[in-house]
Amino acid sequence: MTSAVEFLNVSRHFGAVAAVDGVDLTIAEGSFFAMLGPSGSGKTTCLRLISGFEKPSGGEIRIFGAEVGRVPPHLRNVNTVFQDYALFPHMSVLDNVAYGLMVKGVGRRERLRRAEEMLALVKLEGYGARKPAQLSGGQRQRVALARALVNEPRVLLLDEPLGALDLKLREAMQDELKALQQRLGITFVFVTHDQHEALSMADTVAVFNQGKIAQVGRPTDVYARPRTRFVADFVGSSNVLEPAMTKALGGPEAWASLRPEAVRLVPWNKSDLRGSVTALRYLGSAMRVTVILPFGTLSVLVPAGMPMPQMGDSVGLILASNGLHVMEEA
Amino acid sequence: MRFDRPSFGLKLAAIGGLAFLHLPILLIFLYAFTTEERTYAFPPPGLTTQWFAVAWNRADIWPPLYLSLRVAAISTALAMVLGTLVAGAMAQARFFGREQISLLIILPIALPGVITGMSLRSAFAIMEIPFSTWTIVLGHATFCIVIVYNNAVARLRRLSGAITEASADLGANAFQTFRHVLLPNLGSALLAGGMLAFALSFDEVIVTTFTAGQQSTLPIWMLNELVRPRQRPVTNVVAMVVFVVTFVPILLAYYLTRGGADTAGGGK
Repeated sequence: MTSAVEFLNVSRHFGAVAAVDGVDLTIAEGSFFAMLGPSGSGKTTCLRLISGFEKPSGGEIRIFGAEVGRVPPHLRNVNTVFQDYALFPHMSVLDNVAYGLMVKGVGRRERLRRAEEMLALVKLEGYGARKPAQLSGGQRQRVALARALVNEPRVLLLDEPLGALDLKLREAMQDELKALQQRLGITFVFVTHDQHEALSMADTVAVFNQGKIAQVGRPTDVYARPRTRFVADFVGSSNVLEPAMTKALGGPEAWASLRPEAVRLVPWNKSDLRGSVTALRYLGSAMRVTVILPFGTLSVLVPAGMPMPQMGDSVGLILASNGLHVMEEA
Repeated sequence: MRFDRPSFGLKLAAIGGLAFLHLPILLIFLYAFTTEERTYAFPPPGLTTQWFAVAWNRADIWPPLYLSLRVAAISTALAMVLGTLVAGAMAQARFFGREQISLLIILPIALPGVITGMSLRSAFAIMEIPFSTWTIVLGHATFCIVIVYNNAVARLRRLSGAITEASADLGANAFQTFRHVLLPNLGSALLAGGMLAFALSFDEVIVTTFTAGQQSTLPIWMLNELVRPRQRPVTNVVAMVVFVVTFVPILLAYYLTRGGADTAGGGK
């Protein structure tokens, strides 16, 4: 399989700050690729390096094998769904969607026909005559998607595409985006700071930290086997265990991660591992329980429906057999 | 902070202030209809519309009127092209000395007209450029550009920068982005700037005096006419024309820029 996008030791400096710092990256054709990280981690700069709005300070960027470092944005066969959609306020929805075809010189009848098709694809038939200001946030999001897809890009870039939507709509759009990507077979690259979004939609996740990629892999790998403390903490709020604590819990003397759901609470006399409850946080489907042990604290997830401990209770803990994951790097 | 209803004294003072500013304008209109042609006696001894016919038939009014219209039209056109281009550059680019250049662009409108006029006059003399319609146009363009620039730059700042990126992302080159995305959103701001510039140029006196040579524009013709003893109301008739030609564009410009708010913010 060819790679859609390749970064070879790419850097982007803003003055003294390295927003992107020696990144190597391969995005397989047809994949749904997530760039996950906190704000300022370099993920958006990476996206803008692909779209061409940023020029690399060093390294090489290839799109389908061709070096694009100096190719301006309007000559690249990639399209972007912008964070705030950036729809043209003075144009109708249909003209917005047809814009990419218009600037390429496609005839009026043909481009409007194809724009209508795109609107149908994103389930907005009949909205063509409206102005962007007359649409809801979710509808604008769909228009932005249709407008980017009309050019039949080989890579579609999405910059925090669901950030402005409320939770319910966001979940619905996640499913729709995933279905759309599978149907079209286009490579999707999307930037997000929401680990749930990245894990549920992508088939490959790259976790960014301080301009570098901390880990790349399938969502299940990144979640269950974080490579660094940062990944363990950022992707799913794992317990990060110091070497001494790992040893006390029966592992080797090394940094390790322990998922909160890999620990089970039992009555205090049913386990040799005991502690007391110091904090409770209700999450709806589960309770996050903080337990203090003689050698440190652990976060434990108790699913709803299980017996719930109270503040100050003494509890016993049982670790799942494969719960401890020793990390490569501290 | 909240204020109580204004006191009676304050209301009276406000009305008095407005009357002081605007009643003289009504007087100008009134004297256009007076039957007395040598002095502006109040109250007018009688009313007549004959001065409109007299003004219409006076051959010496038409060349200044044409000149004023021509100068205003050309300097406005010039200002709209140059002002838009400068605004485009200043709204997007970040470079060393940007603030200073921005100040230099706005300076002509802040400078006293006497200074602008004198400096242009000496510059024309040094370069041995004879006075003509074009020297007046150049003088007027210095401040017309500022008006257009100010309007355009304010609108460009309100437009989200992302829409020009979106345009480029969809395959548009710089010219297509300007033509299809920036210009339509700038339209009303440019029209407003153009109208204000036209109004400003049409009744400008000071810079014109320094750059006109032997020709006179309509305001200068009026200035000369006021010292003559005969047919004084004709000047008032012309003043009414000047009022309409300058006030209507300003009023339109006001409504255009006010209505522009929802088109500019619509993308957000």
